[in-house]
Amino acid sequence: MDQKHVHPLLVKYARIGAYKQPHCPGCGNGIVAQCMLRAIDELKLDMDKIVFASGIGCSSWIPSPLFNADVLHTTHGRSLAFATGVKLSNPELRVVVFTGDGDSAAIGGNHLIQAARKNIEILTVLVNNRIYGMTGGQVAPTTPHGVKTKTTPYGNLEYPFDLCKLVEAAGASYVARWTTFHTRQLVSSMKKGLLKKGFSFIEVISQCPVQYGTFVGIRDPAEMLHIFRKISVPFEKAKNMSREELEGKIVIGEFVDIERTGLAEAYQRLLEMMNL
Amino acid sequence: MKKVRIHINEDLCKGCGICISLCPNKVFAKSEEISSKGVFLPVIIHGDKCIACRICEEHCPDLAIFIEAQDVEK
Ligand SMILES: Cc1ncc(C[n+]2csc(CCOP(=O)(O)OP(=O)(O)O)c2C)c(N)n1
Ligand code: SF4
Ligand SMILES: [Mg+2]
Repeated sequence: MDQKHVHPLLVKYARIGAYKQPHCPGCGNGIVAQCMLRAIDELKLDMDKIVFASGIGCSSWIPSPLFNADVLHTTHGRSLAFATGVKLSNPELRVVVFTGDGDSAAIGGNHLIQAARKNIEILTVLVNNRIYGMTGGQVAPTTPHGVKTKTTPYGNLEYPFDLCKLVEAAGASYVARWTTFHTRQLVSSMKKGLLKKGFSFIEVISQCPVQYGTFVGIRDPAEMLHIFRKISVPFEKAKNMSREELEGKIVIGEFVDIERTGLAEAYQRLLEMMNL
Repeated sequence: MKKVRIHINEDLCKGCGICISLCPNKVFAKSEEISSKGVFLPVIIHGDKCIACRICEEHCPDLAIFIEAQDVEK
């Protein structure tokens, strides 16, 4: 291993021997991982006071084994249920979930809605590559209409979820969407989410050059990042655009940022009131 | 003025080419030879043009590139 050129964030926060990312070349998951380490570094947080949880999928390999912290790599779609247990039993810990669009919009969809409704103090980073990456590129509930995948060779007949709207409606305290092109905005949102006293949700539109790229005919990850930049529309601007004008665009920005007592805090207050 | 050093970790780089494409000053080019790890690494062709904007560093999925920059007197 080349020891001369090791990134300072790896030296500080990564598990020795796990520096090499498990993802395919150019995959967006590594960009999201770096952004989280940067957010933690800028806030000077102690990794020993953070628990990371993830489900199943490529995106769920972001914190484990890379992050030198306690990581719960759980079952498909259930990371939020495990994370809720961690936060309620030990509210001193900061809890961060990494999940995929298949993981938390398909099999774990109800966990996502319920966690937002409960306003449990968890930061959820959902990496939306608009496909099931790990299992070979099957259509997901987030795949855009008309897009070809391995299981929709004539184009997707269904319509995708707007996950930010879903989570907002369910009651989250913080909701934002960025792409892997918008790294600085993403770091700033992650910092807000890490400090938020309620359910925080950040959707990151990400490139899967291998499973998504092969079927849409764009295998170059850099080209995907350039496309994300071109088709992103800030939330404020999108408000004045029609549904037709927003076709094929990605609306980015912060959608919700409110203060409301989180479940773990309310539960602690109840225990104190009952002298438990 | 900034004194800039670009670090590329050849063991971590997977040759995805994001740094080459995103750099606003075309500091990198794709190597013509394949490395011992089977990767076409980025090579620094215009190191003097680097303004330490760190776009390459922040978009590297493998944390394989980083910039060291120091302010120096002109
Ligand atoms: C209970 C269960 N059902 C199905 C699977 C198979 N499976 C593994 S990963 C995955 C989809 C992952 O998609 P996503 O969450 O979007 O992650 P990505 O790989 O795209 O990051 C599925 C269906 C499983 N592991 N467990
Ligand atoms: S299959 Fe796609 S999402 Fe999974 S690691 Fe490869 S590029 Fe990333
Ligand atoms: Mg996915």
